[in-house]
Amino acid sequence: MEDDAPVIYGLEFQARALTAQTAETDAIRFLVGTQSLKFDNQIHIIDFDDENNIINKNVLLHQAGEIWHIGASPADKEVVTTCYNKTNDSRVVSCAAVWRMPSNWEIGNHESPDDSAHNPQTLELLCHLDNSAHGNAACVLWEPMGDGKRVISLADSHVLLWDLSESSRQATISSTATLEGKGQLKFTSGKWSPHHNCSQLATASDTAIRVWDLRTMSQIYCIENAHGQLVRDLDFNPNRQYYLASCGDDCKVKFWDVRNIQEPIKTLEEHSHWVWSVRYNHSHDQLVLTASSDSRLILSNMVSISSEPFGHLVDDEELSEGEDNHQEEKSKEPLKDSVVSTYEEHEDSVYAAEWSSADPWLFASLSYDGRLVINRVPRALKYRILL
Amino acid sequence: MDAIEADDPAASSEDPARRRRVHGMLKLYYGLNEEGKAGETPESLDPCDINGPHFDPEHYLNKLRRECTLSELMDQETCMVKQIRSLDSDMQTLVYENYNKFISATDTIRKMKNDFKKMEDEMDCLSANMAAITDFSACISGTLEDQHAQITKLSGVHTLLRKLQFLFELPARLNKCLELQAYAQAVSSHRRARCVLKQYSHLPSFKGIQDDCLTIMEKLAQELRLKFRDGGSSAKDLSECVELLLQLDEPAEELCEKYLNHARSRLEVDLQGLEAEIRPSPTASAAKDAAVRRPSPNSAAVSPADAVPKMRSLPSPTVNTDILEFIDRGCNEFVSSLCLVIASYQQLFINHAQTGELASKNIHQMANSKLHTFVDDLAVRYFSLVERRIQEEKGVADNSLLVRALDRFHRRLQAVAKLMPGSSVPNQGTEIVIRAANERVKQYLAALQSFYMDSLTDVRQALATPRLSMAGQGVGGHLGGPASSRDAPSSLPELLSSLSASILNQIKSVLASVHLFTAKDITFSNKPYFKGEFCCQGVRESLVVSFIKFVCQSSRQFCESAGDKGGSTPPSLLLLLSRLCLDYETSTISYILTLTDEQFLAQHHSPVTAVTALCAEAREAAQKLLNHYVKVQGLIISQMLRKSVETRDWVNTIEPRNVRAVMKRVVEDTTSIDVQVGLLYEEGVRKAHSSDSSKRTFSVYSSSRQQARYAASYTPSAPMDTNLLSNIHKLFSERIDIFSSVEFNKVSVMTGIIKISLKTFLECVRLRTFGRYGLQQIQVDCHYLQMYLWRFVSDENLVHFLLDEIVGSSAHRCLDPAPMEQSVIEVICERG
Repeated sequence: MEDDAPVIYGLEFQARALTAQTAETDAIRFLVGTQSLKFDNQIHIIDFDDENNIINKNVLLHQAGEIWHIGASPADKEVVTTCYNKTNDSRVVSCAAVWRMPSNWEIGNHESPDDSAHNPQTLELLCHLDNSAHGNAACVLWEPMGDGKRVISLADSHVLLWDLSESSRQATISSTATLEGKGQLKFTSGKWSPHHNCSQLATASDTAIRVWDLRTMSQIYCIENAHGQLVRDLDFNPNRQYYLASCGDDCKVKFWDVRNIQEPIKTLEEHSHWVWSVRYNHSHDQLVLTASSDSRLILSNMVSISSEPFGHLVDDEELSEGEDNHQEEKSKEPLKDSVVSTYEEHEDSVYAAEWSSADPWLFASLSYDGRLVINRVPRALKYRILL
Repeated sequence: MDAIEADDPAASSEDPARRRRVHGMLKLYYGLNEEGKAGETPESLDPCDINGPHFDPEHYLNKLRRECTLSELMDQETCMVKQIRSLDSDMQTLVYENYNKFISATDTIRKMKNDFKKMEDEMDCLSANMAAITDFSACISGTLEDQHAQITKLSGVHTLLRKLQFLFELPARLNKCLELQAYAQAVSSHRRARCVLKQYSHLPSFKGIQDDCLTIMEKLAQELRLKFRDGGSSAKDLSECVELLLQLDEPAEELCEKYLNHARSRLEVDLQGLEAEIRPSPTASAAKDAAVRRPSPNSAAVSPADAVPKMRSLPSPTVNTDILEFIDRGCNEFVSSLCLVIASYQQLFINHAQTGELASKNIHQMANSKLHTFVDDLAVRYFSLVERRIQEEKGVADNSLLVRALDRFHRRLQAVAKLMPGSSVPNQGTEIVIRAANERVKQYLAALQSFYMDSLTDVRQALATPRLSMAGQGVGGHLGGPASSRDAPSSLPELLSSLSASILNQIKSVLASVHLFTAKDITFSNKPYFKGEFCCQGVRESLVVSFIKFVCQSSRQFCESAGDKGGSTPPSLLLLLSRLCLDYETSTISYILTLTDEQFLAQHHSPVTAVTALCAEAREAAQKLLNHYVKVQGLIISQMLRKSVETRDWVNTIEPRNVRAVMKRVVEDTTSIDVQVGLLYEEGVRKAHSSDSSKRTFSVYSSSRQQARYAASYTPSAPMDTNLLSNIHKLFSERIDIFSSVEFNKVSVMTGIIKISLKTFLECVRLRTFGRYGLQQIQVDCHYLQMYLWRFVSDENLVHFLLDEIVGSSAHRCLDPAPMEQSVIEVICERG
């Protein structure tokens, strides 16, 4: 079907940072942060019109520096955090800040997109997550499903838990934790667990995955050598509290049951280079998205370790009657973990992939050359999961 | 002459015919068949032949007249007249001779007529005499009849009296026999009298005799039983006892039982002897049991408590009897006495019962079934002992001993089979042999596996030693290449060949050992199991195929277990194993299997693993190992590159004057890897490249085009063109799979390693920010890599492309992108 064709959007700059607008549950909206050393960096607000298959973009200027990480507030759709690099006197410093997007961007841009491109609006700085004392910020995490008042920033080897004031204009450090060990340990990424009352945080540093208790700010457990090489990204299964996915430079995606961290319960080796991002679908956690610097995006169907392990026994005939016949093979083996699809629309390394917060069957991926691709879960699979 | 013939045509026509007849008769008479003219057969059809049957005088005459001259005619005529005359005289002589004979015959007939008349008279006289004799004879027999009847009656009375006498004397006789221990005679006497006594037992006198006899016989039976029960008596005595008892109507069942019990106690002694040879496995209680049961006079006297230590101390010296001795002992003692027992039992109870008057189906069947349970029971115990002993045979050093022992074991059981055709014992024995053979095959597999692992450990050590020294030199600043090429060549291919040769030898020797099981002179080798299933399932599948699978399996494990950190397995071992597996795929597997099939003449009834499947498995293992090798080596180099990019402050670096040391190290390491791989793998094909490849500059980022590209990316008017050039480039070049499968050749392996390294370099560069000199340093480094790395890869464009990407990306990540002049870069690189 035509609807399944990917939609491609090109940015002028190179980009690594991508997020779905978490607080927005109606419109399909993604935020992309660009990386340019010479020009003013931008945040692109990508609106996807599902019915007409059209992309609407809006550009906001992010003049502070090139964006390495972007996070959208779960409570206020206008509030975002970014981690950015800025250059002072031939020194490159990574900072983090909370921003507010102008509220009127939406209306203005819809009517005259050309004008807005020439005269983009600027983000309003709410507050710096000032952590120069602690080092370079790697990423900022919002409390999942929270009220938008708590964020965590990872800076070098420190975990900083911030409380934001009502207007988010002020941020104070409520507690910190420090990673201790040999050498210069740095966090590469982290994930705030939505389970256990949001009291756990998983971080990746070198080849280890550590999980912290935020109430005591102490390490609960550590999966040493989770990957053969650097761990690049993590994600918690949104529906099963003990399940965690990780990916890294050994080209593997591993799924862990944290109650037994000796061995991963599942390993995927589909990518031919480093895997930079792994994301569970928010509603149907058998769907896992992985992005890799082999320029590929892979959607896997991990039925056996999902919260719906037995799936739904679909009457195959019914399905194949009305639906695409080429998916028939998959529908005949309802319980198999398998790669659903490999997306090859990117020409450069894909550093980020995100599910839409509004439509669980839609996802976006961003490659370094600034290409954003929006794809859908294949229909046959969608109906099999639903029906 | 003419006139005569003309006058008497009849005479002349008759004459030749008559003459011919006479001539023929004469010839017959004198037997002159061959003397006649041979040339003229009598049947000649010529009418001119004077002696032929078709002679035509007219014709003849005409012919003569036509053909002959006058003088010739005259000669002819005289000749003919002469012949006619001689014939006439012959005839006359004949007539005279026959007349004389006729006259003498007539005389003889007349004389005979007179003689016959006289003979008739004499015959009449003879018949009258015979009638008189008959009359006399009848008269004599009539007078003698009375006396004859009397004599017959008298002789009957005599025999009866003798019988009676025998009966009256019987008790005394029996007593005497009993005294003399002539039991057989007693029994036969009694048997003779028994019926009579029984019949006339209503008469008091006979009753008395019978009672006497019975008590005596009872006593006798008692005595026999005693003798039977007493173990000391010889087999012959024993069988005699049994025979007599049977004749005495002793219940056969009880006898069988007793007999067998008796035999059992003797056989148990043998079994215990065997058990004692098996070392400590008999538990204390078993030993106690054995001691209690042991019926030999010695141990019967010893109390069980005493017996235990004795039993314990007993096995220790005999621990080391080898299996052959053990089986020998078992055969000689147990099996042979078992056979004896069976034979004598059958003689006594089965064959005898069949012939004797005791023959009744019941006894026969009962005896047979008893024997079977007895034999089965003992055989089970014997077998369990044998099996225990066989299980103790763990060492695989000398298989021939085991095979010989099994052969002997099996062979001796055939005797039992012959004696007892329906018995399950030989089958059970065969099963034990089969189990032992299977066990042995398993042990060989384990031995092969551990041999393989040991060899690998050796190889690993051999690899570790030279490598250490090499690494030391490398650190010391020498060029790694020559050092490694000096050390490695002596080791890698040699190690490979010695490894594969030793494995092959081991397999061969194991096959040879296993082959003993199917040798022609081994009795069980012609069992269907050993002909078919053992060869194909046992040897081929569970030994050879399993081993090959194990090799592949363990190779794969090297990839998996070592996978994460890449540390535990030395890369050269991976390379070596990969080559080993590849060799297996190409030749070794089919060689081994052919060898096996030839040696074992396996007819594959059941489906067996195909050579191709094994080859595929080996190839897969080889592929996996080689991929892993590439990955490990790639990661080692990647790690160097990554550290070098991550740890440097690229914004505040100084103007490049040299190629960074790490790049030199990368090239050195790549060179030594190249040498290492070259030792085991062929060169492989590479795409044609221009002759001045090393001098080639990067087209994309050199001079004007490079400027254009950068200009484009920084021109706000055309923001979408940022990566146009690079994107177009990518569109037309194939997607590069970094950690992809490699082919089995050097170039492909090197390409894989370089791809991994450069891609890492690229990704690391993208995470950094560069100053002007940082970019220039990258330019220099990349040019240096370009100068050296192209020669290793199959497609130099790949190296160009990745290096382009690196420089391009670092230009993007540069705060002040001012690229270095190409000429300067070249100068720096050439300086080293």
